[in-house]
Amino acid sequence: MGAKQTRSEHDHQDLVEKTGFSVEQIQNLLKRFQQLSGNEETISREHLKSIPALANNPIRMQIIEAFFDKRNQHGNELGSYEEIGFEEFLMVMSHFRPPTLTTTTEEKETMRKEKVRFLFNMHDTDGDGKITLAEYRKVVEELLSKSGTIEQEAAKAIADAAMLEVASTNVPNMGPDDFYEGITFEHFEQILKDLEMESRMHIRFLDVNATKVHCGK
Amino acid sequence: MAVLGPGPARFWSGFTMVLLLLTGSSRTRDVLTGHNDTWREPSTATQEDHDPDPHNGTNSANHRKAFPVLAFNYGHVRKPFEISLWILLALLMKLGFHIIPRVSNIVPESCVLIFVGLLVGGVIKAMKEKAPVLDSKLFFLYLLPPIILDAGYFLPIRAFTENMGTILVFAVVGTLWNAFFIGGMMFAVCQIEAAQVSHVDLLSCLLFGSIISAVDPVAVLAVFEEIHINELLHILVFGESLLNDAVTVVLYHLFEEFSHAGTVTAGDAFLGVVSFFVVSLGGILAGIIYGVLGAFTSRFTSHSRVIEPLFVFLYSYMAYLSAEVFHLSGIMSLIACGVIMRPYVEANISHKSYTTIKYFLKMWSSVSETLIFIFLGVSTVEGPHNWNWIFVIFTLILCLLSRVLGVVGLTFIINKFRIVKLTKKDQFIVAYGGLRGAIAFSLGFLLTDNEMKHMFLTAIITVIFFTVFVQGMTIRPLVELLAVKRKKESKGSINEEIHTQFLDHLLTGIEDICGHYGHHHWKDKLNRFNKTYVKKWLIAGERYNEPQLISFYNKLEMKQALMLMESGSAAKLPAVSAQKIQPQREAAPQRTIPRIPKTREAEIRKILRANLQKAGQKLRSYSRHDLFMDPFEDDVTEFRFRRQRVEMERRMSHYLTVPAKRQETPSVRKVWFEPEHKVYTYDDSESPGGGAVQLKPRPSDTSLLDESPKSTDRSPTPQSEDQSERQKPSRCLSDPGPNEDEEGSSFFLS
Repeated sequence: MGAKQTRSEHDHQDLVEKTGFSVEQIQNLLKRFQQLSGNEETISREHLKSIPALANNPIRMQIIEAFFDKRNQHGNELGSYEEIGFEEFLMVMSHFRPPTLTTTTEEKETMRKEKVRFLFNMHDTDGDGKITLAEYRKVVEELLSKSGTIEQEAAKAIADAAMLEVASTNVPNMGPDDFYEGITFEHFEQILKDLEMESRMHIRFLDVNATKVHCGK
Repeated sequence: MAVLGPGPARFWSGFTMVLLLLTGSSRTRDVLTGHNDTWREPSTATQEDHDPDPHNGTNSANHRKAFPVLAFNYGHVRKPFEISLWILLALLMKLGFHIIPRVSNIVPESCVLIFVGLLVGGVIKAMKEKAPVLDSKLFFLYLLPPIILDAGYFLPIRAFTENMGTILVFAVVGTLWNAFFIGGMMFAVCQIEAAQVSHVDLLSCLLFGSIISAVDPVAVLAVFEEIHINELLHILVFGESLLNDAVTVVLYHLFEEFSHAGTVTAGDAFLGVVSFFVVSLGGILAGIIYGVLGAFTSRFTSHSRVIEPLFVFLYSYMAYLSAEVFHLSGIMSLIACGVIMRPYVEANISHKSYTTIKYFLKMWSSVSETLIFIFLGVSTVEGPHNWNWIFVIFTLILCLLSRVLGVVGLTFIINKFRIVKLTKKDQFIVAYGGLRGAIAFSLGFLLTDNEMKHMFLTAIITVIFFTVFVQGMTIRPLVELLAVKRKKESKGSINEEIHTQFLDHLLTGIEDICGHYGHHHWKDKLNRFNKTYVKKWLIAGERYNEPQLISFYNKLEMKQALMLMESGSAAKLPAVSAQKIQPQREAAPQRTIPRIPKTREAEIRKILRANLQKAGQKLRSYSRHDLFMDPFEDDVTEFRFRRQRVEMERRMSHYLTVPAKRQETPSVRKVWFEPEHKVYTYDDSESPGGGAVQLKPRPSDTSLLDESPKSTDRSPTPQSEDQSERQKPSRCLSDPGPNEDEEGSSFFLS
């Protein structure tokens, strides 16, 4: 038991450096991971799908896919895993860390890029580095999917309008025969510039005993 | 003043005339009152027959007067006349303020208005007249509610709820700390022999502390709106100023009750705490009740659109008054009412009513604010003062000190719980933005009249002046010096809306995977509850099913359409049209041109593409959008729509003779959307049926085109343009301008 503990602590030290979480946060997340996986080493899509609270979420499948997406592991691989281990789980979670008082402006900038990249990967499902109209349409459809029977046309209209907005803001001088292929990462960053992702895209990770719940900010 | 041109000079001379008229009126009334009374009481006139007054026609039998062609009866209209004159004066001042550009950059409006009030007060005093003072009843019942309602109705909910914890801590704990610190320290100061105020006991000092400790929403709004700082700081200070009303009310009544009794027991203190909860929660409850009533009422107003805005105003005002009846917090009630009512009312009312509400609220709150500041100035000159150097100076120092200590201390604790921490710069702005204003003055005015009260009032006025003048004037350069983040002008882009919603769902999902119930989880639950139960009751017709994204999109459409209508023409030309994003779209037109022989397809495709772009450039206003025509708008729109269509068919002939020219690439203007879609209208017979939005192309499209199937190459041009022309009016018809024929023509001939 003792040996196992020191080994896991050693691993945790690795993870602390890699992901930026604190040791307590990693321990809490490990507990959750084990809960989800049924104490196994890896989790698969079914494990995540079976979370009851996620059932009402309209973009459930995209979220689950994001965990298995290799691009979110800060490597250069493409494609997706079938199952992921704790380290991959943690890497995905690290995208949702908030900035602290000591984060410098450059670090905030890197953080923001990472978060925007995560979002981009969620939309760009085929991995070609561009969000095409079809992919964007799918995003809007999914968003509207839980809101009653809305016909395809409505989602398409909104997606088209949004796409055009991106096109016109980013490439204002297109000639009459040009074709706007898709939203690249730079364009995507541009449209999300005002949303200040580094301050908005985060959740609270518990530092202490997982049973304590903090309400609000 | 060399900077003034002829315009402002004329303005100022006119203003001085109004000023003189105002003071003159208050004097002449004394002269006239006696005469008018006799005129109104003809029965007693016979007794006063000897009164030589040839101007007023008395009904005495002895005198046979000529019928008075011109009579002067001022007393009859005196009160409304003076009120209107005061308001006119206030607004002229506001105008004048903006005409002089240099002043408005340095001095915030509130300062100028107080200064004007001082001037007017001085003038009135010089004429030895009695000036109207900032009477507490006038203030609390008439001047304050519009400002608070305006603030509450347009409160940014997202920012407010996200920072609710912080705001509450500042409002409750911060105000309590301020009150007790100032009260206690002032009591210590009063013990100093040199001050000669040792008769002021502890309870009075605490009462004074509680009056002066509250941050004032009117002053904060007035100053902060001009400096445009980022949303977080704005909502922190402003939210604090709103929510501390409950604390102020409780403390004030508590200490006032007991300053007569003399002592406070532990039981009383406990009751005070209970009273705080009752006051705040009760106020919020009252607001919620009236808000729900208002939302429910607005569900049925589709047939009398004209009175819709009145419901919003009256229900909110009733909420305020009802809360005041029970000594609950009227401000919190008003805020709660506005916040609850708004989403449902906006879904139900027409666009014009929405605009009306917005502008009336802004107008009333603007007038109120102006009047408050001017009256503050007048009351300063007028009111009985009791200047006590030590008392006033120490009050000022202690106010500043307690504010700084309070903010720093509380932030230290709050930052342990916040995810996005407050930096030192933020803390400084929050501390510096703690302005005192007219609420403190009015509360002081309500105290029982004695010498202490005058001393208190003097000190309160000094603090108000200091915070508004010194802090108000210097906060702008300080904000620039410290490079505090400013407010981002939100353009309401559809992309931001999509991604904001996406982010919400994403964060909720991640929280669920993490397994704990955080902020997003509860927000999501509330949203779902809202959607399944509440919206059904409070939103008219089938619109309760409309997801937020779609209503946002519609609103944006409408706004854009109106913008175009107002600015009038195709000068706003797009740079990008729909073909850019989907080159395969040529298939779509074929749906609406069913019988064109295949051989023509290629030609038609090319011509359509060229013309689409040209049409988009020339007739920007009716780029083909989806337009969900609101079936619950006036039935008149349907009729107008048909009329427009007839118009357009008339114009088609015009186009048949105009040669198609290739246009130059127009100047670029940022475009929101330019997709290529058919227009969809609700089929009235189907909409009550299901919750689904029934979208179908108008059958008339195909019928018109069928009329000329074997036309030349030219014909697809007017047909496609006719299609687009027809789509235009349905968009601007939901809110037609004053003369729609004219509007129609301006769109066509460009």
